[in-house]
Amino acid sequence: MKLRVNPIACTGHGMCAELLPELIRLDPWGFPLLADAPVPRELADHARRAAAACPTLALLTGESLVPGAGVRGGGRHAG
Amino acid sequence: MNTTALTRGALPRLLAGLSYDSPARLAEHCRQYGPLPVVGRRFIDVVDAAGLTGRGGAGFPTGRKMRSVAARRGGKVVVGNGCEGEPASSKDRLLLTRLPHLVLDGLVTAAAAVGARDAYLCLHDHETGLLASLDDAVAERNDPVRVQVAGVPARYVASEQSSIVQYLGGGPAKPTFAPPRPHERGVRGLPTLVSNVETLAHLALIARYGDRWFRSAGLPAAPGSMLVTVSGAVCLPGIYEIELGTPIGDVVVRAGGPAERPQALLVGGYFGAWLPVDVAWPLPMTHAALKAAGGALGAGMVLTLPASSCLLAETARVVRYLADEGAGQCGPCVFGLPALADAMADLAYHGGRGRVLRQLAALIPLVERRGACRHPDGVTQLIRSALRAAAEDARAHDEAGPCHGVAREPLLPLPEEIP
Repeated sequence: MKLRVNPIACTGHGMCAELLPELIRLDPWGFPLLADAPVPRELADHARRAAAACPTLALLTGESLVPGAGVRGGGRHAG
Repeated sequence: MNTTALTRGALPRLLAGLSYDSPARLAEHCRQYGPLPVVGRRFIDVVDAAGLTGRGGAGFPTGRKMRSVAARRGGKVVVGNGCEGEPASSKDRLLLTRLPHLVLDGLVTAAAAVGARDAYLCLHDHETGLLASLDDAVAERNDPVRVQVAGVPARYVASEQSSIVQYLGGGPAKPTFAPPRPHERGVRGLPTLVSNVETLAHLALIARYGDRWFRSAGLPAAPGSMLVTVSGAVCLPGIYEIELGTPIGDVVVRAGGPAERPQALLVGGYFGAWLPVDVAWPLPMTHAALKAAGGALGAGMVLTLPASSCLLAETARVVRYLADEGAGQCGPCVFGLPALADAMADLAYHGGRGRVLRQLAALIPLVERRGACRHPDGVTQLIRSALRAAAEDARAHDEAGPCHGVAREPLLPLPEEIP
């Protein structure tokens, strides 16, 4: 699983950095900076929760990169 | 049929049909280049064998791009991108104004090869005269594809392919988040091939003369010819057709050579990079060579900056323009580009009291690769290259203040205000 932000949808609420500080910090303007590495397995659930909590649904896990594909696991769209 | 100008290896190719002043009419065009053969999907193999790459800037293999659209089921769309957002480039405009049928041949050929029944030819919407003359050119022809000439807002990022696709589908002319990419879901949801108009013009010639003919110019790894816009302090600025792989110095010499002692060359436009003259001069005009030098071939602009100009002031002015031209969609671009423009202006005009270079080094990674499109990355590449090519000057500006060159009239072109 790899995290990605849709920068058009993101409006800088900063929720993700609060829920997943291990992998996300905020830039000086309040927009998320993501770790460039895949999400470690032990953080996968936290990552999914952060993605679901984003008010604009701008945080994407590798599983949901294709709009409409839904969360199906398997990492078909990962990377 | 007069095709003597298009023998193997000989240039010009695209520009062989250029008349004195007016756009070439259909009959004249057919006399010059010969009739356009009808092609099908197998033509994509010929394009692969020719090794044509996109001439709009990215340099992606055209055959592969065509294949990714052709492979999809159902209706498809082809878009000819003639928006030419780069202020220092005017080669697409030359093709559209003087050789419209070469571009239209390419558009129709691409549509036939990928199986599209709809095609668009896009240019800036304030070019009303050109839009009308292209409508006339389309009306002169009897194409099996429905071709529409479309005006697109004249903003820098509106020329980006996803912007055009979204605009043609009735949305704003702004880049979209990928995936999906245009070849997956483009205009009105249909798989869409977006090609630069020069790329299409090359397709029109490959359809007539074949892949071996195409490869008889240029290098084995970078075949064919390309149009370059040579400007700045040269004696004969203009548009030239060169073989890929021509050393940059030879390109400048073809444009009459430097008009003053040169300092650096801006290659690839505002999405390209500054290169010191001694580095740039022997470099071949290919994507690979320019990428290795930290730059980009882009859409083939070569601009010569004289030693009497301030490279930092020129860059600061362009960075401000690019910051203003963003689509206003992505946070890092909305906040980061103006911050970069402020820092560059401090460095260029006010001196930085020894702090601005550090500030720039911290800002650049906060902007890079964080937009939906490559607009912010183009800006950081330009700044990085400016700080490399004028490293000594940048330190002097930061510590001691601006040089004499800042007083000189700016040389880098910016578009005029469009009413």
